Amino acid sequence: MDIFLQQLINGLVLGSVYALVALGYTMVYGILELINFAHGEVTMMGAMVALAVISALAGSGVDLPGMVIVLLGLLAAIPACMALGYAIERVAYRPLRNAPRLAPLITAIGVSIVLQNVAMLIWGRQYISFPPILPVTRHEIGGASITDLQIFILLLSCLLMAGLVLLVHKTKLGRAMRATAQAPQIAGLMGVNINSIISITFILGSALAAIAGVMVSAYYGLAHYYMGFMLGLKAFSAAVLGGIGNIAGAMLGGLLLGVIESLGAGYIGDITGGFLGSNYQDVFAFFVLILVLVFRPSGLLGERVVERA
Amino acid sequence: MESRWIASLLAVSLVFGLTSCGKKKGAEQAQEGEVVRIGAVSPLTGPQAHLGKDNENGTRMAIDDANSKGIEIGGKKVKFELVSEDDQADPKTATIVAQKLVDAKVNGIIGHLNSGTTIPASRIYHDAGIVQISPSATNPKYTEQGFKSAFRVMTNDVQQGKVLGEYAVKQLGAKKIAIIDDRSAYGQGLADQFEKAAKAAGGEIVSHEFTTDKSTDFMSILTSVKSRNPDLLFYGGMDAQGGPMIKQLKTLGLRAKFLMGDGGSTPEFIKLSGGGAEGAYSSLPGVPLVAMPGGKAFADKFVAKYGPIQLYAPYCYDAVNVMIAAMQKAGSSDPAKYLPELAKIRHEGVTAQIRFDEKGDIKGGAVTLYQVKKGKWEVLETVTAASAEK
Amino acid sequence: MNVLNLKHDRRSAWIAFAVLGIMLAALPFLVDAGLGQSWVRILDFTLLYVMLALGLNIVVGYAGLLDLGYIAFYAVGAYLYALLASPHFGLHLPFWALLPLGALVAGLFGVMLGAPTLRLRGDYLAIVTLGFGEIIRIFLTNLNAPINITNGPQGVNMIDPISIGSFSFNQTHRVLDISIPGVYNYYYLFLALAILIIFISLRLQDSRIGRAWVAIREDEVAAEAMGINTRNVKLLAFAMGASFGGISGGLFAGFQGFISPESFNLMESVMILCMIVLGGMGNIPGVILGAVLLTVFPEALRYIGEFEQYALGRIVVDPADLRMLIFGIALIAIMIYRPAGLVPSKRRRSELVSGPDVLAQEQASFYDTHK
Repeated sequence: MDIFLQQLINGLVLGSVYALVALGYTMVYGILELINFAHGEVTMMGAMVALAVISALAGSGVDLPGMVIVLLGLLAAIPACMALGYAIERVAYRPLRNAPRLAPLITAIGVSIVLQNVAMLIWGRQYISFPPILPVTRHEIGGASITDLQIFILLLSCLLMAGLVLLVHKTKLGRAMRATAQAPQIAGLMGVNINSIISITFILGSALAAIAGVMVSAYYGLAHYYMGFMLGLKAFSAAVLGGIGNIAGAMLGGLLLGVIESLGAGYIGDITGGFLGSNYQDVFAFFVLILVLVFRPSGLLGERVVERA
Repeated sequence: MESRWIASLLAVSLVFGLTSCGKKKGAEQAQEGEVVRIGAVSPLTGPQAHLGKDNENGTRMAIDDANSKGIEIGGKKVKFELVSEDDQADPKTATIVAQKLVDAKVNGIIGHLNSGTTIPASRIYHDAGIVQISPSATNPKYTEQGFKSAFRVMTNDVQQGKVLGEYAVKQLGAKKIAIIDDRSAYGQGLADQFEKAAKAAGGEIVSHEFTTDKSTDFMSILTSVKSRNPDLLFYGGMDAQGGPMIKQLKTLGLRAKFLMGDGGSTPEFIKLSGGGAEGAYSSLPGVPLVAMPGGKAFADKFVAKYGPIQLYAPYCYDAVNVMIAAMQKAGSSDPAKYLPELAKIRHEGVTAQIRFDEKGDIKGGAVTLYQVKKGKWEVLETVTAASAEK
Repeated sequence: MNVLNLKHDRRSAWIAFAVLGIMLAALPFLVDAGLGQSWVRILDFTLLYVMLALGLNIVVGYAGLLDLGYIAFYAVGAYLYALLASPHFGLHLPFWALLPLGALVAGLFGVMLGAPTLRLRGDYLAIVTLGFGEIIRIFLTNLNAPINITNGPQGVNMIDPISIGSFSFNQTHRVLDISIPGVYNYYYLFLALAILIIFISLRLQDSRIGRAWVAIREDEVAAEAMGINTRNVKLLAFAMGASFGGISGGLFAGFQGFISPESFNLMESVMILCMIVLGGMGNIPGVILGAVLLTVFPEALRYIGEFEQYALGRIVVDPADLRMLIFGIALIAIMIYRPAGLVPSKRRRSELVSGPDVLAQEQASFYDTHK
């Protein structure tokens, strides 16, 4: 039974990263009804920028504790991603605000490809390793082990999500965001600057993505130009699972998807008698996505949207 | 409607016409005896780029050395030229690149690096009659296809897996062994050979899991491996996965020895492990470079020019030189003519004395075992062919 | 331009087609003489991509169903051919049986993919099809234990080349004292099949089915109200598009002699989508142009490398790295400035670039535009 607990812990850690990235997807979709394909790549960029700073600091012999170096890397990554998110919205999505849905979707794919290749040109195609500056201190709970880093990721994600919920529900800005998501024209009439709100949404989502990116690269110990693709796809599946457009849904979806993936990969060998193994891990996210979209397209926490003629 | 058809069809023809006219390539056929073109293929991009570059550097150094010696073939002075291509460790890209080199009519191929790319490409080279020497592909299937044009200068996995399996059980004292492989031709082949040998030596295989050569997350697999309480974990695959794997192993508190084949015997493995590599074991076919005559000289020269040796550069060096030696003996750089000479050649290389058997494998190979001590790979012992017969 | 007014001048039309026919027939010889045999091989691949693009054109261009997992059908056709005509299982069925079989099986997969997605809108449909494409690729990569079906990431090697009786397409033959190497043989075979597929696409475009597809693309609810069985028509779109992919896949396997799951990843699907978007969605000449451009262009990019070597003495930026970057930028630019493509059909141009009255209507109910 102890591996159940371990898989659960693995799943929750993974899931909290998914949740952070899913929040970006869900916020943008709630306002623009657009799947921002490039969001996974923004996460990757955050990881790469942070890693560049961290590697430089760690290699230069400056005597700072590991956590401080990582923090400095974060401080570099967050504004970079914010600027990137803002730029993407202005350049690629705003001109197509009134075009039929196919256009921004294809543009989003284009942006994703551009970001991947820019990262590849800057940093190369090989894996970039995270310098071993963080201590690996393990704790044993009931036969399962959890490291400080894992605990940190879980706590930070919870804090950030709580912060976002507070922002969206208790502040004026949050009210403006919710209004824009519900009815942009009316919100505009009420004095909300739609363009600013949309930009702020992208910026917020990108900041969260930067943090998620740094956490992923610290957790796995490496980053590379293609890491955003799968992560983005799975995070989007998580957002859909929870109900796209719904912030609590994104968080729930993320955690749930992480746990499903982890438990699934761990137990599928036993369930299928060895026919399918843990190498099918990536398939879980897609299966969940398809099942959700076919049977409950509005997701777990979403409202049913009636198809108007 | 018609006008648009014509317009676009004209545009299509124009595209082809322009590319036809504007880019006349020079004579593609290398004139015998003047420029000898040697193709080299390895993953120059991707997670194994550091190994691919290493291969390319080893090949390049051999060619530069040969050029500076002023070699004559068939009584004429020749200049060697390197045609380097990137196969990204991907079998599909490998076949495309192989075809490119065949169309460019090179005189010989040093490549590829991975078994998964060398095997499909070998068919293309064989059909075109071009000699291929792989410096690092270890899957036995490569030479079992019956291609007279396929050679390798590294001992294959039948030997390496056997040594590893016996070492794990006998020397490392492992009774319960878990295996993970990356399903590539190399990883799966080596893992299967290892499993056979370990079982024969009395070990018990408690689990055999799979991953891919592009994965980075092994937490689920390692968790389920941990539940079987193995004494040793063997990973059949490359350092780009082995490094993160041992790091995550330590995160989970999995107390098992970690063993890999030649794919993990690199500095990159230690780097990617984030400090967790201490105590890991690996093997590398051949004798340690410093124990070979000419080995130290090669190492010094290489390091001065290109930096630390990653893995297979010395083997590439030998592959080029044995190919050139065969050309000299045959007096021709035409593959059809120097192939028979290559099959029966005896050549002193920096990694071993090179002789090929009838399948194209190198005769009399040894396997050396290493361990990470204080952040570097240290030699443990060398097992020679005499003590581990096929 | 009277000389191009072919509709009314049958003789000019016949002459134009005859000239075109001669040019196409002579093309491999010209290309080989000018650029080398590897370019004839690129020509063969171009034809394969033309067939693929035309297949996707039915799904995306005609029926308006954004399919991001199209490459899965290519994979199905290729693997079917590979598994039944190689030493892997020891079966060696002939290509004239395998190609139709590939089309059939791929078509079935198309229906399987289409069935659960019938109620989905644009972006969700795109994601689900993407998911399907990835699932197929992951299964192909992993179905090698405990039973080895696909041989996993090592792929299937030694696939039988295409042959009719004793005439193997792989070998060089001599006809009337002219030597015709294998790549030429494949070129003519692919050309014949491409022309067949173009013909089928043309007929479909002007048929009842074709008009039903246009109706669904424009307004599905209205189409349903007019009595069109949207479910069957959509499934037919998926099936037909998939079957073209299946045929191309089989040809690819026989031509290349080796296939592996890596040939069928998401980037390939996106690439084919790019060909259609760039060339002109729904418009056959546009799609063909897009396919040719996007297959030839990356190869031509390699010359930048040589140019860099010549001008600067070394390679600054590897042209292979630039290729995808330029594609991404091109996608964005095309969608912003010319969303209907380079050679658009009149109908699509009016769709993708909204007129002022359509725009006004859309803005009146912004949150209601469930297109």
